[in-house]
Amino acid sequence: MTFTRREAFGLGAGAAVFLATGLRLDPAVAAAEDAMKSVMDFAGGQEPAAGKVTLSAPEIAENGNTVPISVSVDSPMTADDYVASVMIVAAGNPRPGVATFKFSPMSGVAEASTRMRLAKTQKVIAVAKMNSGAVFMDSKEVKVTIGGCGG
Amino acid sequence: MSAAYRERDDAMISRREFIQAGAAAAAIFGASGFGDWARLAAQQRLSEDDLLGVEPFGNVTLVHLTDIHGQLMPVHFREPSVNIGVGENAGLPPHVTGAEFLKLFDIEPGSPWAHALSSEDFVALAKAYGKMGGADRIAAVLKRIRAERPEATLFLDGGDTWQGSYTSLMTKGADMVEVMNAMTPDAMTGHWEFTYGDEHVKELVEALAYPFLAANIFDNEWDEPVFEAVKTIERGGAKIAVIGQAFPYTPIANPRWMFPNWSFGIREEEIARHVEEARSGGADAVILLSHNGFDVDRKLASRVNGIDVILTGHTHDALPAPVMVGSTALIASGSNGKFVSRIDLDTGEGKVRDIRHRLIPIFSDVITPDPDMTALVKKVREPYAAELARELGRTDSLLYRRGNLNGTWDDLICDALIEVREADIALSPGFRWGTSLMPGQAITVEDLHNACAMTYPEAYRSTMSGKLIKDILEDVADNLFNVDPYYQQGGDMVRVGGLGYTIDIGAEIGSRINDMTLLKSGEAIDPARDYIVAGWASINENVEGPPIWEVVETYLAAKGTVSVKPNRSVVIQS
Repeated sequence: MTFTRREAFGLGAGAAVFLATGLRLDPAVAAAEDAMKSVMDFAGGQEPAAGKVTLSAPEIAENGNTVPISVSVDSPMTADDYVASVMIVAAGNPRPGVATFKFSPMSGVAEASTRMRLAKTQKVIAVAKMNSGAVFMDSKEVKVTIGGCGG
Repeated sequence: MSAAYRERDDAMISRREFIQAGAAAAAIFGASGFGDWARLAAQQRLSEDDLLGVEPFGNVTLVHLTDIHGQLMPVHFREPSVNIGVGENAGLPPHVTGAEFLKLFDIEPGSPWAHALSSEDFVALAKAYGKMGGADRIAAVLKRIRAERPEATLFLDGGDTWQGSYTSLMTKGADMVEVMNAMTPDAMTGHWEFTYGDEHVKELVEALAYPFLAANIFDNEWDEPVFEAVKTIERGGAKIAVIGQAFPYTPIANPRWMFPNWSFGIREEEIARHVEEARSGGADAVILLSHNGFDVDRKLASRVNGIDVILTGHTHDALPAPVMVGSTALIASGSNGKFVSRIDLDTGEGKVRDIRHRLIPIFSDVITPDPDMTALVKKVREPYAAELARELGRTDSLLYRRGNLNGTWDDLICDALIEVREADIALSPGFRWGTSLMPGQAITVEDLHNACAMTYPEAYRSTMSGKLIKDILEDVADNLFNVDPYYQQGGDMVRVGGLGYTIDIGAEIGSRINDMTLLKSGEAIDPARDYIVAGWASINENVEGPPIWEVVETYLAAKGTVSVKPNRSVVIQS
């Protein structure tokens, strides 16, 4: 029997994804480029500012296959001043785009949560676009680990 | 050195006598002509009053006990000689060891304090000062504090209480619940507790005479809290809010399949929310009863305002003074029952005005046991008495586990895995629990279980590529030496047998582990080649193999007496 990482220490399904991405030519570079491109496209070419957006994600994923994240944006959500959309990007995934949430003043608050698959340790990015066109960003490093030796 | 130890052995009839007569002891140690213990001459008499006596201060007393790992009887536990801090924590306590630690805290080498808190001259001083801990000694200390401070004492258990001994494994933690119920903490939190599985944990929590607090455990389907998060307790005319924080990385460091519906994490924002609620609800003092690990708590204290005291746990550090982060006092109370911390608070009008702290070393030969607890411990151990005492072999050398990179207990376990499971390489997890065994002692079933009693003990045997072995070492090293404490899991490095390597602690993941060598051939590890690897404590479900204690028992039966040489195959690259 040949031991994979998963059988040895239980990385979980993240391991399978990790191996799969290994088939691509230099996938890390490709994915990071994809991620930056989608952020810039979403932001309409401008550099997103820090602030307003809060991305919550675990520091270390308990299960790389289903990582819970939530995002909230500080906004009065009135007809004059509201969050139009929030995009979530996983910079290290083979397909970095995770989700885009659309909001309107009727939303009341700009908050959303979802679960995502993470291929490996990487930066997760949340970008919020206001109705004014202003763009804000937050990011968090989420580690995907083999685990099993703590305590 | 063994000749010198033996000399002292002959001269020493009773440890208690020894401690009570420092001057005589100094003569013995002085005659040995090496080591720091000659300076025992400076030692004062040591009595229970010296250990416990303290000028009462303030209006509330906290008593903190943590990480006793099922140890009901006094034990030897060698503190680490290697405990490296990284990033902002480099060189800060608890990442100071040995002689440097003694210097930092102005502790006389060779003194009881030096023995309790450092690895210096461990064997000699262990013979001098005896074992530490024991539930009946802890109960006696607790009784005395409660008598001194009636209606003003809060006793808090930081967790890792129900696991780590033969009897805790056999009774699935029930022995510890019975003993702790008799001591009645005001609250506890947990970590290894969860390795009895979610159903059983819930049953045991039901059986507790006090709340099990965990602000950071949520049902992963509905995101609802699994346990109570906060308990507000009135003592000494003040309202004390205690927030519980279980080990954040339990589902990563331990088998998630044992509690598949529970999600953990640091969840800093949850703690901040509870602190704010407690403050606005009129709490005079806010205490975090934490199993985060020391560096995680140090970072947390710098980011979450309003916590007066963090009772730290998990990383098994013992510090004779609080570490202050802003106005938050971090308390480190050691492990295995060696210490309890007493923290006196002057608190009221919504704030803590001042604190006094005392780390109380539980020298088992100095503190008079509480007879009720002695009887209770005897009762819970009675059904297993014969098996506990069964001798499996002997050791000529000190067996200890704690330390970042290796320890002789795991070297022995790895030797057993390689020989009994016929492997090239052995892996043994970097747990921080596991008591120490003195040279010349028999190794009993109890001793062996103190190093491996847990609910997923299967010793697997398989093939792994050189690359996979490196990936594992890199991954574990990053869990230990990541510069951001929030990414640290608080264990030590996975121990290896049959394998040598160098480690560049300050490097990035992927570049720390170098010069991997298969010791039996002296050849470099080939990333593409498969090696036979034996190990234990896999966090996967349905792992096949005999329990690790059977493997070690088989090995000891064949060897009779073991002598474990210091491991020189794992080298820190400077």
